[in-house]
Amino acid sequence: MIWETFLLAEREIRRNVLRSSLTILGIVIGVAAVITMVTLGGGATAQVAADISSLGSNMLQVRPGQGFHGPGGTRSAAPRFKVDDAEAIDRNVSGLAAVAPMSSGTAQAIYGNENWSTSVTGSTDAFLQVRNWSLAEGRGFTGGEIRAGKNVCILGATVRTELFGGQDPVNASIRLQKLSFQVIGVLDSKGQSSFGHDQDDFVLIPLRTFQRRIAGNTDVSSIYVSAKDGVSTEKVKADIETLMRERRRISVGDDDDFNVRDMKEIMVALTSSTRVLTALLAAVAAVSLLVGGIGIMNIMLVSVTERTREIGTRLAIGALEREVLQQFLVEAVVLSCFGGIIGIILGLGAAAVGADMLRVPFLFNLKIVVIAFLFSAAVGVVFGYFPARKAARLDPIEALRHE
Amino acid sequence: MNTQNHSKDSHHSLITINGVTRVYGQGSAAMYALRGVDFSIHTGEFVAVMGPSGSGKSTCMNILGCLDTPTDGEYLLEGVNVGKLSRDQRALLRRNYLGFVFQGFNLLNRTSALENVELPLIYRGTPIAERRIRAKEALASVGLEGWEAHTPGELSGGQQQRVAIARAIVTHPRVLLADEPTGNLDTARSREIMELLTSFNRERNITIIMVTHEAEMAAYAGRRIHFIDGVIDNGQDTERKNA
Repeated sequence: MIWETFLLAEREIRRNVLRSSLTILGIVIGVAAVITMVTLGGGATAQVAADISSLGSNMLQVRPGQGFHGPGGTRSAAPRFKVDDAEAIDRNVSGLAAVAPMSSGTAQAIYGNENWSTSVTGSTDAFLQVRNWSLAEGRGFTGGEIRAGKNVCILGATVRTELFGGQDPVNASIRLQKLSFQVIGVLDSKGQSSFGHDQDDFVLIPLRTFQRRIAGNTDVSSIYVSAKDGVSTEKVKADIETLMRERRRISVGDDDDFNVRDMKEIMVALTSSTRVLTALLAAVAAVSLLVGGIGIMNIMLVSVTERTREIGTRLAIGALEREVLQQFLVEAVVLSCFGGIIGIILGLGAAAVGADMLRVPFLFNLKIVVIAFLFSAAVGVVFGYFPARKAARLDPIEALRHE
Repeated sequence: MNTQNHSKDSHHSLITINGVTRVYGQGSAAMYALRGVDFSIHTGEFVAVMGPSGSGKSTCMNILGCLDTPTDGEYLLEGVNVGKLSRDQRALLRRNYLGFVFQGFNLLNRTSALENVELPLIYRGTPIAERRIRAKEALASVGLEGWEAHTPGELSGGQQQRVAIARAIVTHPRVLLADEPTGNLDTARSREIMELLTSFNRERNITIIMVTHEAEMAAYAGRRIHFIDGVIDNGQDTERKNA
């Protein structure tokens, strides 16, 4: 009987193709929107995670001030770090692969007629190691250059392109803050970070050079630390905190006036915020599913009215209330499931195109596909029930008389 | 009240109607469609129900068809008191014992003649192979062999009514209720339909109760029951002379 009902529903739907397609349009759009949003959101989350691990997944960042204020945001009241702090960390904390003190500011980079406003970072050779960065051309700093604070620089890929175009920059001289710097190397490109910030748009110079020539002080704005593989970053973080509390003479009970950020925590924070955003977008998309359900109910009610005589005939022939209810319910569910399937196909297609345009990976999410399908079936049941019940409860005498 | 006599009656009557009234509305707005009707119908009879509109004949047909129940009095179908049954129980009675033919044919649109005839068998749960065979036989018995695949839109009015009759008799019902079956047809087509009904009545012993207002069609029946103002007009209740 249920198979009969299914065939009947299928025939009823085919009987009025245009109307059936308009009926399911709401469901199609709703499901497609949910699938697209969730798939793209999943891709974006994965992209953020990948970006952060490209910063160096065992990396920790030590900054003065409380809490994490986002890129460049430190609290001015807290005392700055000095190079000594970085050296102390290197000496006293075990399990470290590299420690890179760094400071940065902005400067105009000039080469010939080309002029580019960029950021200048002063650090050591360890910076490249900590940040997981490799050289595309040239060489890194020598120990002598770092100690002496020579005017040498390594260019980020963007700066290289902006200033040199196709020319070879190695051994050329550029000007930063009216000072002449010799280009000794060029970094590999890392592209845009998930914050939308171009990671390749900077010039790296020795820390001492930066302090003397550009900043005019001996401050270190933050210290990058990378743990050896297999070493727990939680332990490294705790050790650095203990050490820095001692060095900065913070009494027991007082808050830290510095903070140590584990990149893993940042990754978790950022990926969870993309997830929340994805969930919000999906929720908005789900509203259109609801609207789609109302569309189905509307058309099913029209259909019940139109088919009143048919229902009367069926009742007269001996159909039970339950059987008429089942017939209309199955019809609504078949419609909404069909809409769900089309929506899933469209949604995945749109997500594939969108992922390509937004340059995030396309990650097929089976769970959301299954959920979307079940949800569309549920929409059919919920919004098909009222019209179906209306059909089942018709008085056969009235229904047969209906024009 | 001689209920004992009536219940004894029901042993050899297919249908017994005892003091049936049907009232619509309540209090001062109450409208009496039937004001106490008694009659019985035996298996194999062909009865024409006649009367002007508003006389109660349609109400009576609805009650006989188990679509409606009496406000008062009792309707026994094969000894079963239909008035005491639930909506679904009455649906099962219709499914298993009754066949319906309507004035407006009431076939499913855009559905082939064969599928239309199969419909009551679907509700009976008849397996598909048997259903096909029985529906084809029924269509053949109303002279529509070869028209199985045609939809109502492709059939003439007479042919549509034949499909409807095939649908009504495919379940081998005890009673066939026909409500103005010739009302939408011309005289020649009407006669064909009446010949068909008469043949089913005689050859298959199907009891037929037919509402009509045309004397010519009523003449095919073995007995005529006239309704007037919610009661049976006994003056015109006549037996068929050449029975």
